[in-house]
Amino acid sequence: MSETPEEPLGPRRVIGTPSPAPKAVDTHAEPDQSAFSAEPEDTKHAKNAERVVAAFFVLAFLAGCGFIAAYIGLEIGQSTTPKGANAVVAAMRSNYALGTCLAIALLALGAGSLIWVRHLTPNIEIAEERHDLRSAKEDRASFKRDFAEGAAISQVTRRPLVRRTMLLATAPLALAPLVLLRDLGPLPQTSLRHTVWRKGLHAVTLGGNRRLRPSDISTPGSMITVIPEGYADDDDALAKAGVILIKFAPGELHIPTNHNGGTVVSSMNWTVDNIVAYSKICTHVGCPVALYEQTTHHILCPCHQSTFDAANGANVIFGPAARALPQLPLMLTSEGYIAAASDFVEPVGPSFWERG
Amino acid sequence: MSDDAVKIPPALDGVGGWLDDRFHGAKGVRVLMKKVFPDHWSFMLGEIALWSFVILLLTGTYLALFFQPSSAPVMYHGSYTKLDGIAMSQAYQSTLNISFDIRGGLLIRQIHHWAALMFMVAIMAHMLRVFFTGAYRKPREINWLIGIGLFTLGMIEGLFGYSLPDDQLSGAGLRILFGVFEGIPIVGTYLMFFLFGGQFPGSDIIPRMYILHVFLIPGIILALVTAHLFIMFHQKHTQMPMKGNTEKNVVGQPFFPYFLLKGQAWFFFIFGTLVVLATFAQINPIWLYGPYTPLAISSASQPDFYMGLLEGALRMMPAWEINFLGHTLSLSVLIPGLLIIGIFFTVAALWPFFEQWATGDKSFHHVNDRPRNAPVRTAFGVAGISWYLILLLEGANDVLADHFDIPLYTVTWIARIAFFVVPIGGYFVTKRICLGLQRKDANLLTHGVEIGIIRQLPNGEFIEEERPLTEEERAVIESKHVFEPLPTAETVDSNGVPAPSARGPMGFARKVANRAFTETIAIPEGHGNGHGEPGEVEEGEHAAIGGGHDEH
Repeated sequence: MSETPEEPLGPRRVIGTPSPAPKAVDTHAEPDQSAFSAEPEDTKHAKNAERVVAAFFVLAFLAGCGFIAAYIGLEIGQSTTPKGANAVVAAMRSNYALGTCLAIALLALGAGSLIWVRHLTPNIEIAEERHDLRSAKEDRASFKRDFAEGAAISQVTRRPLVRRTMLLATAPLALAPLVLLRDLGPLPQTSLRHTVWRKGLHAVTLGGNRRLRPSDISTPGSMITVIPEGYADDDDALAKAGVILIKFAPGELHIPTNHNGGTVVSSMNWTVDNIVAYSKICTHVGCPVALYEQTTHHILCPCHQSTFDAANGANVIFGPAARALPQLPLMLTSEGYIAAASDFVEPVGPSFWERG
Repeated sequence: MSDDAVKIPPALDGVGGWLDDRFHGAKGVRVLMKKVFPDHWSFMLGEIALWSFVILLLTGTYLALFFQPSSAPVMYHGSYTKLDGIAMSQAYQSTLNISFDIRGGLLIRQIHHWAALMFMVAIMAHMLRVFFTGAYRKPREINWLIGIGLFTLGMIEGLFGYSLPDDQLSGAGLRILFGVFEGIPIVGTYLMFFLFGGQFPGSDIIPRMYILHVFLIPGIILALVTAHLFIMFHQKHTQMPMKGNTEKNVVGQPFFPYFLLKGQAWFFFIFGTLVVLATFAQINPIWLYGPYTPLAISSASQPDFYMGLLEGALRMMPAWEINFLGHTLSLSVLIPGLLIIGIFFTVAALWPFFEQWATGDKSFHHVNDRPRNAPVRTAFGVAGISWYLILLLEGANDVLADHFDIPLYTVTWIARIAFFVVPIGGYFVTKRICLGLQRKDANLLTHGVEIGIIRQLPNGEFIEEERPLTEEERAVIESKHVFEPLPTAETVDSNGVPAPSARGPMGFARKVANRAFTETIAIPEGHGNGHGEPGEVEEGEHAAIGGGHDEH
């Protein structure tokens, strides 16, 4: 086609009319590769295959139309479905209709294409030569020569002052993007060490925001989740300050006064009326510990199954958590409600480098 | 050839000529059309990943038109009445709207999620095919590394994707992510505070994950996929060991029209299958989980399967924590959360180079290995798979304990022991099976194939009829590549100096590795008639064990 001269003036032909000079096809074919025949060996078989392929394509067409019809015909959502209709049912019905139509359309297209290539095209296999990936010796040599020549012309090898100062110039610029990332967030500082609990802050129920008296937790053995009063909508605070309260029958609670290698982290006089408070945040990777087995007093974290013994200072008895759940000191306010006696005395949640 | 069959419609010819006048493409495109692609079912595995990625781009773009990546709190009053009046983030609300208020939204969301799983499954299957057939060998090491990069990016991309809707389950996943990275020495807390814009959960993580999920990571994946394909195209695909396939040729069908039609069929089948799954197999029903709140959790909280090995490793780990110079070093998080997956990817990345070092093989390979002919590689791969599966299963230990009525801690203890025992056992058993199959091949060459007819000779002797191997069968067996052992420290040159590579501890390690890699059952010479001297193959020191697999 390159031999066709470009016509300099005016449009060659009107769009839609046949080309004035249909060009002969330049096959560029070497004689040995033009021997393929598009004629099927078995015409009857090919005719059948053609019908099957066409049938699949027609099916795909119909299913595609069905998809559009289902989109228009099946409305979903609150504003469009009749009053009282269940939005889930409507969404599922639409999903089934749309999905079924689309799946049939796509699978029929796939099946048609596959039968086409398997039964309509002659099975031709050709072999292509695999050339060496490695360049010829002389090519490598001339590449090296040209490269060295270019480097010499650029002076980069001969003028180390230019080379080194250029590298020097790029160093701060390479650091600049990292510097720009600094304001992505505040530094951790001591924020991981503290929660919002403080002396006299009432514990309220999660969800109900109700203050609790010891008598509200009537049955020994139950576990309830409480949060600091006034923080119900503060996810950042709750993510660290969630606490579980467990009431024990008299004599069942044995909090060791001393564990974790000598650090005093929990104490019996932090309890109120046999009610003990532990952090709800697992010391492994921070999931809320949620499962409590009354008979054994075991607290289980559902994420990685760290198990804590609530009757013994929430010590770890199984699983990957390495530390007991921190205990929150409790007190009763003058009105008789359960409140914190202070913040946790150790950081809650997962371990971190600066924890010490 | 009949001229009628190859006539090009004048209009198309005109367009072709117009383009060629501008791009000079006729010659180059013709080469592309004639490009030969070898055919084997296992070569379609990578294609599944490719088409899944295309479907992910299409469906993801659609979802992005409706999704609002924002943590801003809203009160829900939408179509899903069970959550009416519940406070939630805009992200969660818009995901509910996509599911219940946008026609086809649920379908596209579910196609997107299923396609992500299909993408990861296909990458794994493709990597295993490449590994077990040795298709990563010279000159394809770089494409192997790109593949590992794609696998890693796919994991991160998937994690960010299923974390975006801000439902209860995804929030728990992010909490775990924060908890794991917090444990990294020195930089951990800083990394997480920068990523989350402060303490967990904050309000920055959703928009940040969003831009990473829809722009940065898919952009890198797209670039790497393109490079992966171009390199494959340029280096030409490997082919299976068969009659007529050599290191110097590539046998198959031309790109146009065969591969084009087959690729089209395969794309529609994959897309169709994903739509079937998305229609009938519900995935990630976020409306059942509810919006994320930091103090709620459900049991059987599992991530998507490709994160399962991390989850399993975290669950399996015993509680180890040390105090290092006044700093907390949380080994029970660092080892499973970072070290195990780090080892996994590092070993996979270094394997081609390790194999070259151990075998001393620097030659080009375009014909794939049969797994049995590379016993160390195959055994190592099986060990890796078993390791992975144990971690994956342990990631569902609560579900397993529940379904099979085994105590939870017992499941974890079984996994802890199996983690060490099964891969090692799997390695040795697989290696023996490989050598046994090689022995069987050697027998086939010397004896031919027993055809199951027993004949009595006139003198009363019974013999079993055999037929010689066909040319095709023989070519497959004879494709085996036999390595000469490397020179060892005992082998000295003419001056009495051992080869430099054989000296020192590295030389010793290489000697040990080389001995393992070169253990092979030799192909018997002179097997022309299929009735050579009976069974005189090199039996090695494990004949008794290998013989057990010598079935016909």
